[in-house]
Amino acid sequence: MLLIGAIALLLAVISTRFPAFVAPSNLAHVFNDTAPLILLAIGQMIVILTKCIDLSVAANLALTGMVVATINVIAPGVPVVVILLVAVALGALLGMFNGVLVWKLGIPPIVVTLGTMTIFRGLVFLLSDGKWVNSHEMSAAFKAFPRTELLGLPVLSWIAIIAVLIFAIVMTRTTLGRACYAAGGNPHAATYAGIDVGRTQFWAFTISGGLAGRTGYLWVSRYAVAYVDIAGGFELDVVAACVIGGVSIMGGIGSVGGALLGALFLGVIKNALPVVNISPFWQLAISGGAIIIAVALNAQASRTKGRIILKDAEHAS
Amino acid sequence: MLVQTDPTPSAPLQADAAPVLALAGVTKAFPGVKALSDVSLELYPGCVTALVGENGAGKSTVVKILTGIYQPDGGHIRVDGQDIRFGTAQAAADAGVTAIHQETVLFDELSVAENIFLGHAPRGRFGLIDTAAMVRQARDILDSIGAQVDPTLPLKELGIANKHMVAIARALSIDARVVIMDEPTAALSHKEIQELYALVETLKAQGKAILFISHKFDEIFRIADRYTVFRDGQLVGAGAIAETSEAALVKMMVGRDVSQIFPERTAAPGDTVLEVRGYTHPTEFADISFALRRGEILGFYGLGGAGRSEFMQALFGITRPSGGSVHVDGQPVRITSPADAVGHGIVYVPEDRGRQGAIAALPIFQNVSLPSLGRTSRKGFLRLAEEFALARTYAERLDLRAASLDTPVEKLSGGNQQKVVISKWLATRPQVIILDEPTKGIDIGSKAAVHAFMAELAAQGLAVIMVSSEIPEVLGMSDRAIVMREGRMVTELQGDALTPEALVRHAAGIEDRCCCAPCSNPARCC
Repeated sequence: MLLIGAIALLLAVISTRFPAFVAPSNLAHVFNDTAPLILLAIGQMIVILTKCIDLSVAANLALTGMVVATINVIAPGVPVVVILLVAVALGALLGMFNGVLVWKLGIPPIVVTLGTMTIFRGLVFLLSDGKWVNSHEMSAAFKAFPRTELLGLPVLSWIAIIAVLIFAIVMTRTTLGRACYAAGGNPHAATYAGIDVGRTQFWAFTISGGLAGRTGYLWVSRYAVAYVDIAGGFELDVVAACVIGGVSIMGGIGSVGGALLGALFLGVIKNALPVVNISPFWQLAISGGAIIIAVALNAQASRTKGRIILKDAEHAS
Repeated sequence: MLVQTDPTPSAPLQADAAPVLALAGVTKAFPGVKALSDVSLELYPGCVTALVGENGAGKSTVVKILTGIYQPDGGHIRVDGQDIRFGTAQAAADAGVTAIHQETVLFDELSVAENIFLGHAPRGRFGLIDTAAMVRQARDILDSIGAQVDPTLPLKELGIANKHMVAIARALSIDARVVIMDEPTAALSHKEIQELYALVETLKAQGKAILFISHKFDEIFRIADRYTVFRDGQLVGAGAIAETSEAALVKMMVGRDVSQIFPERTAAPGDTVLEVRGYTHPTEFADISFALRRGEILGFYGLGGAGRSEFMQALFGITRPSGGSVHVDGQPVRITSPADAVGHGIVYVPEDRGRQGAIAALPIFQNVSLPSLGRTSRKGFLRLAEEFALARTYAERLDLRAASLDTPVEKLSGGNQQKVVISKWLATRPQVIILDEPTKGIDIGSKAAVHAFMAELAAQGLAVIMVSSEIPEVLGMSDRAIVMREGRMVTELQGDALTPEALVRHAAGIEDRCCCAPCSNPARCC
């Protein structure tokens, strides 16, 4: 795939200026740093696949993160497993709220999630009164979980890897995954084939919400801080990762692998630019440029495909 | 410059005129394939030229070259004998070439007048659009073609036939000298087609050159003066319509003899499988009742807007009826979703196969298994091997041609895409199959294949409902035919009563007029 080549090239260029960047330990660090983006990009990919978009993921992450942080402050004894379940359940619930509005009221997803994005952030504010939950208020177990190392990688990384594997199977080997491709690829035809497009979109939002909720806990515990604005604007990185990863914004085309590579591409750029001493302004400009180039290359690739279709059509009968 | 080739005798040109627009030796290649090689085409003022060819013969490519969307790789475009390059669509429009496409390309949210004058609206002071003048001129043009349309209405409030009128008015508004009509009658009812013919006559009288692309031979012989036949991107014949015959054209098109005879069917219908009683919808149709037996083909004929497709969609669970009942094998069933219908063995192959048929980006096998996923999965997990086996079975049965079952449907030709759609419904093992306009817009060779296949399905004991607006097809294929008008069943015809006149008369609601222009053999019914 083109994107693997792009990432390899990127790493090669960086290694000429800063060889330590491509050391295995640093690459593992970059992966770990990109794990939240990967988790959200998987959920977003599934939503985009069904011809929707979820702009509320970062706000969902912030709200869930604040809720679990508050639980931890009030009841430090609650085990991490329970915290994780609460985070996933709450995130999924928030996702379902988006899903119901799209499914039952037929409101365009971009409008629904723009609204819930603001609502969720507002709820974080109400819940926290605008105050931060700081490191010293959190229990040690709460903070340690994502950093615990298993087989040389932190739990955060493992969760991302497991999510990639699980959703790769869900998307290619289950009826729900197939329904997502069908509903986004051609909603009319999917309806005629007996697929409930609205319900499929509802489940896509639920998955996206659940992943955002889980990431909410991981984010808050890893950075050991929760406040209103965490992950502000992160939803745009998530959408960008999907688009770079070849997910069609028109729906019906995309894969978990694509979302993973898209997220890694962004992750490498964001981690590499500071170490090669590029000014913050140029870092933003270069990230943006990379997004546009990646999308342009993708569009180019699909245009060539268009020619082939034409050829076949002209060639037929 | 016209290349005269056998088996057409050299036809006399309209002696009084030189071609207003001509293609000479035009070639156009796409990567890996030659879409057009060395073709010529001449259009004369006041003359209708029919462009005939099977799907994929290069007709659309020619239209795109004439309208400046594609640039030819070689050869000449001449307007009034002068070489010209249509670099852009605007350049072609400036030269007076305009096209009315099969699916009208108009803007739903704009008004009729705005649609007509988009891009060349009359200007008033300060270069602003003079709305009053625009509406006035739009009304003049619409009146001149006999369209009863208020130019200030938003386009979305118009029916398909009136949208077509707007498209034609738009073509006239740029003072076109050459009008290209790409299957203009495909979406129209009988009455609307008659009006279109009258309009073509009007345009002819105004001295416009018309290129008329159609799959329907009756209309070609009805309105065309000249013909040009393409096959596989090459010119195979051209001349005057008066000097050729339907059989000769078909032979040129396909390069072989194709009988237009419908398949012979002998099997006797079996038990009643589907019974519909008093099916009623709040707005679209009322009181539809009929019984359908195994092995039977039941035709549904009617004009556009008669409520046939709407009824079928309700029967399939896409929309909800307000009254009536459905019985399958004598048992009353409730159908509230397509999944219910498929569960009761009723499937629907929609008319709009592009929008409602296949999922273009998905591979063939996934399209075929889509409505049968309940059978090819366990507890929500897919069994890919079973999906492949299912797809292979039906691909072989329908002679589907593709590199592999993994090929995305969008890479297949139109005919093969249709086979995918039919495969996917047959794979659900239905008892009743509803085919909505099964041969609309496909070439003669494919039509015969679809007809043969339909007969085979019936012979295997499937009950077939065929919605069709083509009289020869209704006559040739159906055991019985129900005629609908304005949402109601008007009559049921079978045996000797099933005649072209009867169909037309009941569909149009006229009792004493013998009118049978749309049938291919007027001598038979008048």
